[in-house]
Amino acid sequence: MVTVRVYVTLKPELLDSAGRTVADSLHRLGFEEVADVRVGRMIELKLESFDEARVKEMSDRLLANPVIEDFRFEAVS
Amino acid sequence: MKVAVLQFPGSNCDQDALHGIQSLGVAADYVWHQEASLAGFEAVFVPGGFSYGDYLRCGAIAARSPIMAAVAEFAEAGGPVIGVCNGFQVLCEAGLLPGGLLLNRDQKFLCQGVWLKPESRLGFWMEGVDRLVRVPIAHGEGRYVCDAETLARLNGEGRVAFRYCDAEGRVTEEANVNGSMDSIAGVLNEKGNVLGMMPHPERALDDLLGGSDGRLLLSALVRVRA
Repeated sequence: MVTVRVYVTLKPELLDSAGRTVADSLHRLGFEEVADVRVGRMIELKLESFDEARVKEMSDRLLANPVIEDFRFEAVS
Repeated sequence: MKVAVLQFPGSNCDQDALHGIQSLGVAADYVWHQEASLAGFEAVFVPGGFSYGDYLRCGAIAARSPIMAAVAEFAEAGGPVIGVCNGFQVLCEAGLLPGGLLLNRDQKFLCQGVWLKPESRLGFWMEGVDRLVRVPIAHGEGRYVCDAETLARLNGEGRVAFRYCDAEGRVTEEANVNGSMDSIAGVLNEKGNVLGMMPHPERALDDLLGGSDGRLLLSALVRVRA
């Protein structure tokens, strides 16, 4: 079994309003050094076999929406 | 004319849509998302709600259900399709409309009336829609975004169906309630037969319930009823 983590993030040019809310909240807690926050999603897959092209296809077709999001993935075990 | 009102797990505007369309004197029936055919239907209404609990992304799972393959084929053949609210999100996720819908600029779920300025004469849905309309919105993720090239095409090809505006028809930053790019409230596909919009025409069909401008927005269905 291979564990693969897919990280999905909003494209950098798009306003991440959830991220902005988190940044505001961190500021209120006294973490003034926070300049920006982007919130993404991590999806962990357990695969019987790891084929990079197939994980890319899964990400392209369902896990991420390439119109608004970027993704990357890594095998962690 | 018989309209298919799609139903996904988590749809919640399906009954409003069916009732609303029938109240216009147009036949309509539900079609479950596991169906693979739209045989016998001449238009498709993809209703609002929270299909599949908005898991992954709004509309993502619904867009990949069996009925959506039939909707894609139907749309490709020129059949009229309208997606409202979550239905708009589903059509974007299915690639039938460009762009996507993100969390509102100010993070709030917005439940209020808005003014819409029709901006297109393209295709089935927009004919005769020639004045400002007042319809409700109810969404948390309605901020329309797309890349710069797509935005230029939508504007250039008359495919922006509606923009948020004020009561005088001015498209202002203040009237752009959710922070959509270029105040876009609804878009059309290239042929104009597929319309997606965040505001709810099916919730504005009766003056007793706050307004009937939705009748104008759905008037195409009545026009081709025969």
